[in-house]
Amino acid sequence: MISAAFRRFSLGRAAAHMALLAFVIIWTLPTAGLLISSLRDKDQLAISGWWTALTTTQRNEVVRLPKADAQVKENNRFVIRGELFDSGSGRTLTSFGTSVQTIGEGLPGDFLPMRDGGEISVSISGAYEWISDQPLTHTRGPRVFFNVGIPPRFTFENYVEVMKSEGIGRSFINSFTVTIPATIIPILIAAFAAYALAWMSFPGRGWIVAVIVGLLVVPLQMSLIPLLRMYNGIAGFTGGEARGYLGIWLAHTAFGLPLAIYLLRNYMVGLPREIMESARIDGASHFKIFTTMVLPLSFPALASFAIFQFLWVWNDLLVATVFLGSSEKTIVLTARLRELLGSRGDNWEILTSGAFISIIVPLIVFFSLQRYFVRGLLAGSVK
Amino acid sequence: MFEQVAGAAFTVLIGVAAALAYFWGSNWLLDKFLLTGDDVPGPKAVRRDKTRSSIRPWLFLAPALLFLSTYLVYPVFATIWYSMLDSNAQNFVGFSNYTWAFNNPDFLQSLYNNFLWLLIVPAASTALGLLIAVISDRLWWGNIAKSLIFMPMAISFVGASVIWKFVYDYRGVGAEQIGIINAIVQALGFEAQAWISVSGLNSILLMIILIWIEVGFAMVILSAALRGVSEETLEAAKIDGANEFQIFFSIMIPQIMPTIIVVWTTITIKVLKVFDIILAMTNGQWDTQVLANMMFDWMFRGNDFGRSSTIAIVIMLAVMPIMIWNIRQANKEEGTR
Repeated sequence: MISAAFRRFSLGRAAAHMALLAFVIIWTLPTAGLLISSLRDKDQLAISGWWTALTTTQRNEVVRLPKADAQVKENNRFVIRGELFDSGSGRTLTSFGTSVQTIGEGLPGDFLPMRDGGEISVSISGAYEWISDQPLTHTRGPRVFFNVGIPPRFTFENYVEVMKSEGIGRSFINSFTVTIPATIIPILIAAFAAYALAWMSFPGRGWIVAVIVGLLVVPLQMSLIPLLRMYNGIAGFTGGEARGYLGIWLAHTAFGLPLAIYLLRNYMVGLPREIMESARIDGASHFKIFTTMVLPLSFPALASFAIFQFLWVWNDLLVATVFLGSSEKTIVLTARLRELLGSRGDNWEILTSGAFISIIVPLIVFFSLQRYFVRGLLAGSVK
Repeated sequence: MFEQVAGAAFTVLIGVAAALAYFWGSNWLLDKFLLTGDDVPGPKAVRRDKTRSSIRPWLFLAPALLFLSTYLVYPVFATIWYSMLDSNAQNFVGFSNYTWAFNNPDFLQSLYNNFLWLLIVPAASTALGLLIAVISDRLWWGNIAKSLIFMPMAISFVGASVIWKFVYDYRGVGAEQIGIINAIVQALGFEAQAWISVSGLNSILLMIILIWIEVGFAMVILSAALRGVSEETLEAAKIDGANEFQIFFSIMIPQIMPTIIVVWTTITIKVLKVFDIILAMTNGQWDTQVLANMMFDWMFRGNDFGRSSTIAIVIMLAVMPIMIWNIRQANKEEGTR
């Protein structure tokens, strides 16, 4: 009886471990693949899966040998020497041949006849020797096909490339330029409003709270067109640019406010009433209570919101596309990545490293401040 | 570049300083002009006190209300109006944008796809989130697992799209497959395919990306709710001989139902708004179009304010029931406070 119960218990346990492990693997594998791929040599990345990153990849390559004038005479024989690939690269020759079809014909060290006369031999490190008894006269170098084993190679080259020539570096700065002000500015505005909604009584308060709860879910799509027109109108009037950092800072501030006010108000409502009331009796003004007591006490909620807003602004594509456009000076990481997906769709070394640069900042924020993030999620959702 | 960073830093300073100056200054002015010192006679002081406390909340609220009404409230009404104007928002065209939409195969396809997204993504995310929450709360390494499963929440939709595009990648017939799905498919002896262009299936593949992101959210919130399930009812059920499944379905689920609804509706709203994934993966090709991406398309490529506003209104109408429900819930809470 006991042993049967124990077995069922441990079987269930094992199943639970296995199931959770499976979930974790499925959830992390795609990101792991991206990270590993971004660090691989771009030639290897293109021809083998990232899960083979630690094994040697086999690849077919072709090299055209030099013309006849490269030959030297040695002991009455005519020789052309050279390397099919850089012998210092650690690559190893598997086989070679003189046509695509016969690529597996010669093993390292074998001699194969050449159509232009003589025989060729290639060593395992890629050094070849083409020896002929007659002087070579060909005017066009023949091709040698070979299969080469490429040892695994990890490199930051892809990162350097995307940072420099693909403009990810610039976009990284642009993203920060958008995100920092758009995260900090709403906090103060929301905090004052939240305090008024939580601790001051005035007619219409219930209405405002209801409107804010409603605005929490209004799709941004509803705002874009009128705002775009408004911005264009203002730009036409003042002669400035319709798209720019100021515009997007203000837009993100506004779009973040409903959540900010909602989160902060919920938090502030929960602060002990006695403290507030005794402070009021002592003659402290609302302004003073707010700045000296409520604001410091609300730090966890402020931090939660700041993390939310940071992640949301950093990861946003819609608002950035509408209010910032895609000029070199302003394009943010998400928009750049989207452009690269279109223009460099097959260049995975660029896409993987670009994507990783764009997600590394939110991941750092997320893992270092997860506590606040989770707290904010719970405050914002569980009612 | 340096100028730009300095400009951003400067903006933070200016923004915060301006906000502080406004709040402090307006508050100071209010106290200054409606003094209630000892020299003010009693009734007058009481009256002034009243005036001040009726003005002050509005001083606190003013900047927020200004932002909200300019960027969110006014646009809602403007968009409703634009949906009845032509492409340049010049001439009134009545409901012709709506008749256009409902006769447009692309729009109908989007409606159908959105319907599928709404059916599948919230349900799958909530169910998987709940399952993982239940499992991980019993295992010693549950928190690490949760942290890892939660991670995609921090990744942008575009970033997630790149990650998954790589998973679904197809390299052509006979080539070595570097996308893991095709590699697995090949290893099992089937033909590798360009999955993203397989109509019908591809929508599901896009949904998986959003599910991958949202499961963590559902899991964290439901896991907190599960911890709030009362111990007494669980104990009582165990004493009455209920098995694990009975306890889960008839004790736990009913108790966390309100949270499940919140998670469900939150994800539903996200589904309606998400366009980045479709834009980045297929841009609506191969029958994957959804409303949010179609709206984006008509706004930027079509340059048609009337039609894109109309599509935005349709999205808004879909969000409406949840919005009303949320407001009702909030009002109910307000009543009990």
